[in-house]
Amino acid sequence: MTDHDTPVLSTRGLQKTFTIGGSFSRTQVRALGGVDLDIAHGEIVALVGESGSGKSTLARCIARLEQPSEGTFLFEGEDIMATSKRRATRKYRAAVQMIFQDPFGSLNPVHRIGHFLERPLRIHGAASGRAALEQAKRRLMAKVGLPDEMLERYPHELSGGQRQRIAIARALAVNPRLLLADEPTSMLDVSVRIGVLNLMRNLCEEQGISMLYITHDLASARYLADRIVVMFAGEFVEGGDAMELLAQPAHPYTRLLISAVPDPKRTAPFDPVERAQLRRQVLHPTECPWSGKAAESCSAEKPVFHRLSEKPEHWVRCGLYAPPADAPGTALEPAADDQENDAA
Amino acid sequence: MSTPLLEVDDLSVEYVTEARTVRAVDRVTFSIAEREVFGLAGESGCGKSTIANAILRLLRDPAVIAGGSIRFAGTDVLALSPDELRDFRWRQVAMVFQSAMNSLNPVMTIGDQIADIYTTHERVSKKTAMVRAGELLDLVGIPRDRLRSYPHQLSGGMRQRVVIAMATALRPPLLIMDEPTTALDVVVQQEIMAQIKDLQQELGFAILFITHDISLMVELSDRMAIMYAGRFVETAPAKEIFDAPRHPYTRALMNAFPPMAGPRTRLQGLGEGVRFRDIPDLEAVTPNHWVAPSTDDNLITEAIS
Repeated sequence: MTDHDTPVLSTRGLQKTFTIGGSFSRTQVRALGGVDLDIAHGEIVALVGESGSGKSTLARCIARLEQPSEGTFLFEGEDIMATSKRRATRKYRAAVQMIFQDPFGSLNPVHRIGHFLERPLRIHGAASGRAALEQAKRRLMAKVGLPDEMLERYPHELSGGQRQRIAIARALAVNPRLLLADEPTSMLDVSVRIGVLNLMRNLCEEQGISMLYITHDLASARYLADRIVVMFAGEFVEGGDAMELLAQPAHPYTRLLISAVPDPKRTAPFDPVERAQLRRQVLHPTECPWSGKAAESCSAEKPVFHRLSEKPEHWVRCGLYAPPADAPGTALEPAADDQENDAA
Repeated sequence: MSTPLLEVDDLSVEYVTEARTVRAVDRVTFSIAEREVFGLAGESGCGKSTIANAILRLLRDPAVIAGGSIRFAGTDVLALSPDELRDFRWRQVAMVFQSAMNSLNPVMTIGDQIADIYTTHERVSKKTAMVRAGELLDLVGIPRDRLRSYPHQLSGGMRQRVVIAMATALRPPLLIMDEPTTALDVVVQQEIMAQIKDLQQELGFAILFITHDISLMVELSDRMAIMYAGRFVETAPAKEIFDAPRHPYTRALMNAFPPMAGPRTRLQGLGEGVRFRDIPDLEAVTPNHWVAPSTDDNLITEAIS
């Protein structure tokens, strides 16, 4: 059995660089710039940030759909990159399962629902023999709250929410220890979203599964996750206990994200002057406003993470060496920033 | 009370095919006053965009208006001739689409595209049109030198600002916005919303605002309607719907957005397979708050056979 004190997943300095362009103009795009992430047993960690910030790249590296350019990661204490260099072992693929954003694209339309559950059960040897397979399929359907009769249906006969439940059941078929859920509710109709979130939370609690929940929706991250990590331009900028982090956001980027969540309860409209200031702090940091435990000196290669509180956990990346704002996918273009300064 | 700007009365729209006829909008009645922001919320496929397209007479085969009337400032929109329609669209009612930022012509500069509106609709000289195009960009906080830029040189948020500016170019009294921020990133989304609010206060147009994001809508709208399967299930002032939703579907929608403050409590959405059917006409609970009565009869849990 695995030791419960070792994290399920632990990445160290994970980097991913993509090369784009043809043979004449080659450019390197850094999608992930050295990421350290620990996920404990049964823990739900939310990864938030705007699109293009590298959230999905991180998940794809962990799922081994992408080969990280640099860095290591341990899964239940085992150095995965060392034991299987090129591609994941079958054992690893069973232990780490992914749930994708688009339930309309992730189920092959020519197969009945039963097929999607049967395949992983067979391939990973979780059940064999007709009777055992049938029983396992029914058990999975019950877990995600769908009737057995649906096994005979085709994907197009199901609603988005039902399809996403099938995708979850398929992931559960192989008894995973870590789920990577990449915006699992953003394509669903709003009225069924909360149901899918509740289901994922229950499954994690009942079966001790850990989850990396990727989203740009801070409200749902707050609802679901134990811990939140904020990502900007391929790097972590702030992290900690979900409630603590959202109550006392330290990094200007986190505060910018929070200010962007529509909240009918907010009394005053968010101040544009303050927002312009936050933008400036994110894009052109001039000083590091945080103090706290810093084990080593800070540099652009190895910025210090300041610990704001121990319990509940809360840390923030050094404000001076911010991730490069010209990284791709950063929606905060300086041009808009300058205009707002003029307007202000 | 003066005549409202827009009156939609008992409107039904059907999609007619040989196999079957689908009623996308079913006997919908509402009105929008001058300078009012009216929000229309509901999930995909409930008929929100069909209403918007019907108001602008943009429906195409197989969609047909099966009944009801649309009046704009007293004029019957459904009776307009093609010539009158040309003038009605953009000058009276302008629309901002969800993918609007992709609707800019990629081979024309921003300035030429905006100037086009003035040379076509107001028959002014190219030079005057360009000056006014620059003024329009000022309005949404984009530097004038962007007039010479092509759409691909602008970010998504800036393109959306340009499209919104273009919609207001002829100062129409009503703007229809169909999910104007859905395709944008969260940070940019909030900025565009603030921009829309500022413009609305400055220019004083009314807005029909369509979205599935209720919390966004409550922030912006004066009054809102919740739509389900082609029917209105509730309409009231936005704050009132937010504070005291009455229809079970409205409550489910409100629940779909966890709060950003306060303790973490478990929320309950609409159950999987729960459907409403035969939604009755709205009844007034207070003079401003109308709800379709809901009983167990019209709430069904879809049995899967």
